[in-house]
Amino acid sequence: MKRLEQEPTMVEEPKKTKYDRQLRIWGELGQTSLETASICLLNCGPTGSEALKNLVLGGIGSITIVDGSKVQIGDLGNNFMVDAKSVGQSKAKCVCGFLQELNDAVKANFIEENPDTLILKDPSFFSQFTLVVATQLVEDSMVKLDRICREANVMLVFARSYGLTGFVRISVKEHTAIESKPDHFLDDLRLNNPWPELKRFVETIDLNVAEPAAHKHIPYIVILVKVAEEWAQTHNSNLPSTREEKNEFKALVKSKMLSPDEDNYREATEAAFKVFAPRGISQDTQDIINDSCAEVGPNSSDFWLMVAALKEFISNEGGGEVPLEGSIPDMTSSTEHYINLQNIYYSKAEADFLSMEQRVKDILVKVGQDPSSISKPTIKSFCKNARKLKVCRYRMIEDEFRTPSVAALHKCLADEEYRSAIGFYILLRAVDRFAATYQKFPGQLDDGLMDHDVAQLKTIALSLLREMGCDGYMVEEELSNEMCRFGAAELHVVAAFIGGITSQEVIKLITKQFVPMSGTYIFNGIDHKSQSLTL
Amino acid sequence: MADHDVPQSKSRDLDKLLLRHGNLVDPGFFPGPQLRNDIREFVKILVVGAGGLGCELLKDLALSGFRNLDVIDMDRIEVTNLNRQFLFRLEDVGKPKAEVAAKRVMERVSGVEIVPHFSRIEDKEVDFYNDFNIIALGLDSMEARKYINGIACGFLEYNEDDAPVRDTIKPMVDGGTEGFKGHARVIMPGVTPCFECTIWLFPPQVKFPLCTLAETPRNAAHCIEYAHLIKWDEVHKGRSFDPDVPEHMKWVYDEAIRRAELFGIPGVTYSLTQGVVKNIIPAIASTNAIISAACALETLKIVSACSKTLTNYLTYNGGEGLYTKVTDFPRLDDCLVCGPGILIELDTSITLSKFIEMLEDHPKLLLSKASVTYGESNLYMQAPPVLEEMLRENLSKPLYDLMGRVQKDTIHVTGTSLKDKEKQSIQTKLRVVFKGADVVTDMDTAIGA
Repeated sequence: MKRLEQEPTMVEEPKKTKYDRQLRIWGELGQTSLETASICLLNCGPTGSEALKNLVLGGIGSITIVDGSKVQIGDLGNNFMVDAKSVGQSKAKCVCGFLQELNDAVKANFIEENPDTLILKDPSFFSQFTLVVATQLVEDSMVKLDRICREANVMLVFARSYGLTGFVRISVKEHTAIESKPDHFLDDLRLNNPWPELKRFVETIDLNVAEPAAHKHIPYIVILVKVAEEWAQTHNSNLPSTREEKNEFKALVKSKMLSPDEDNYREATEAAFKVFAPRGISQDTQDIINDSCAEVGPNSSDFWLMVAALKEFISNEGGGEVPLEGSIPDMTSSTEHYINLQNIYYSKAEADFLSMEQRVKDILVKVGQDPSSISKPTIKSFCKNARKLKVCRYRMIEDEFRTPSVAALHKCLADEEYRSAIGFYILLRAVDRFAATYQKFPGQLDDGLMDHDVAQLKTIALSLLREMGCDGYMVEEELSNEMCRFGAAELHVVAAFIGGITSQEVIKLITKQFVPMSGTYIFNGIDHKSQSLTL
Repeated sequence: MADHDVPQSKSRDLDKLLLRHGNLVDPGFFPGPQLRNDIREFVKILVVGAGGLGCELLKDLALSGFRNLDVIDMDRIEVTNLNRQFLFRLEDVGKPKAEVAAKRVMERVSGVEIVPHFSRIEDKEVDFYNDFNIIALGLDSMEARKYINGIACGFLEYNEDDAPVRDTIKPMVDGGTEGFKGHARVIMPGVTPCFECTIWLFPPQVKFPLCTLAETPRNAAHCIEYAHLIKWDEVHKGRSFDPDVPEHMKWVYDEAIRRAELFGIPGVTYSLTQGVVKNIIPAIASTNAIISAACALETLKIVSACSKTLTNYLTYNGGEGLYTKVTDFPRLDDCLVCGPGILIELDTSITLSKFIEMLEDHPKLLLSKASVTYGESNLYMQAPPVLEEMLRENLSKPLYDLMGRVQKDTIHVTGTSLKDKEKQSIQTKLRVVFKGADVVTDMDTAIGA
């Protein structure tokens, strides 16, 4: 039985070849979503410029740079996208020109305008974009922009570089990912719960076949299903649960081995834990189907509509399980056995998919939508990834500022590993308050007021801590001093790091593949013990 | 909010780090214009590799106050580089990476001098590498890393107390990426673990068992490797397979399809064929940018002491959320590469020739046809013939005398070693200790010391 897939065209289009190395990561679909996205960048200092550079190289659809400043001599020391000729000119114009050269397939525009002003005067400007990358904004502007983007359903990523620290923070109401592509994820073999067709196939194979070559080419799936069956018969239909029983089970598997070079039996022993695994769905899957969004209505997104179908499937024909993923890992086996097994898994996955497809259609009708509005490939992908679905939700910035999780704060402040990160988090907010009062960042100028700035910054940090319900805590002296030393410097290497992280998150948000970061990522360039804080 | 009255300097932002006192800094931090100027004038950094990491490194270093950079890369630009190696354009395809990279950065950052080297790292004299304060690696292979690591650690000397001699420490900053993952590390030979000390970090490459390829293929990769590793040689006796020749790749692809059809295996595509045969590592701009930035930042910190340094290994994963971890890996005291060397105890009467014989049988070495150097001098060289003839008389002299009658010291031997049934040319350090020697000794008869 053969199932050969369609061979995609072998013609090497230059565009396809250029993106080859990244297509191997997010595929054609991911690439298309990037190429149809429009990004707005606020402030094109090195942080914003570097973030955008990575997106432009990757083929993002369009970029619009908003920055009202002119190129200064100091910019030549930290921004690769401006050069000596650009001094005095619009920074947005220069950065835009450089980025356009990097990839002429990208539509690059710029607007010479101060982002803070734009946020105040023309909030509707942002509705046209897929995503806004807001760099080097102060608190006040961050909060305002956050409201605007939340309202307009535009994705938002904040990024800031400040001396040897900085942060990245996504702000999106909800982000769902079907293709979360986790690094390590257990295969879906159902050795602890084989279905009838698999059992029937396993029955046709005799473990005690005489011929040595045949004996050592029986795949471990067959071995384990058979031994589990044997075990269940003598243990009241139960699977091994205690440690003792698990060891006994493994010994039983081993006892069928004829000689030490039988890799299939070695694999079976190593994979025996798959038999002991509890049946049914994981807590993560449970949480998703129990989410309030799974109670769907006419405005529900495709993701939640499919989750509603999943919920039904699990309680009915799924028998407590999600649709079968359908693939099996490589294992020692004769080609024939292996292909037969592949077909059996493929067939069940296909059958599960067809059930799901019907349920999705029925639900679409129920909520008053076109039953064909969710495509077959989408539903198929959903089924294959049913165990790996991800839902990410982000608090609004003002909510986090107003009511941070006191429990999380106390935990961080008391934890050696988190203390510097939370220290910088507070200081990054404190410097903005300082600037609002003194029209400069602490230590920014060589005006002989360093001691004053340090003292004031510490006072502000203390009052912030008090506001956040953390009386009695202090930000480490050294950190406060360093913050003033940094003097709001935008160092290229830090900007490149932060910009790199930012661009990576943007890609994950737009392609809806992999899993975006959670919380606020606080960068620590001193010892690299950066942390994500969810407050 | 800039100060408009004071004329600006290009190093407006860097100055905050280099000219101001700090709290969380390394000992030996002397902030001031002198430090900034010294870095500009005297510090030389070598960037190894001008690809995904190398391009970013050059930019990052040029914008971190470094003015004297060298870059070495043996490759030419290919179209598949363009999604991340931002210094290259479509019209540059075919040109040497090192040369174009150097040119582009110099065009944009005035004042920086970058010397490109379009060559293999093995083709440079060992002395070349000693010229630099720090070596920054943007490589994509274990072999290349091992090589540079060997060279840098080769400069390291130990004193009588078995402590590394500070002036001989050649720091390396090493970065690596794959998809959303990466690492950045600081290697101070003799102080932090070198590449060899932590070789166990790198998992062995996937190699399919021969019987699977030959008899029981199960997936597309098996079919491809069958065509690539078995069928090719059968059909093209003598002619070696070149993955960069499209006709070769197409041949492998066609054979793989044939085999797949025979066994009923799905999934062989041209793209997969290329990926398996060339061992293509997926790569994107963002991860390279992140890792290079970390490496360049560490380079700046090591040189200036303006902040504490990474201790000593940063693991990065940006696919599942965002994960960074710093691990302080320990050194291996008896590391063959960065350690003081394999201890060899000798009698003072042993001749150089007997010593060379002993190396053949030494279980950790199995070194044949050894050449021996001590400090600056060659004690015996197997080649070239002229040198061999000149030094031949040393063979009959006691090694103790040839080493100036020191009780213990480091010597270097080069030769052919039989490792894993394969002959390899290696250079290694040996710690020679003479038994029954006077500690306070005839130093004044030292040869070549």
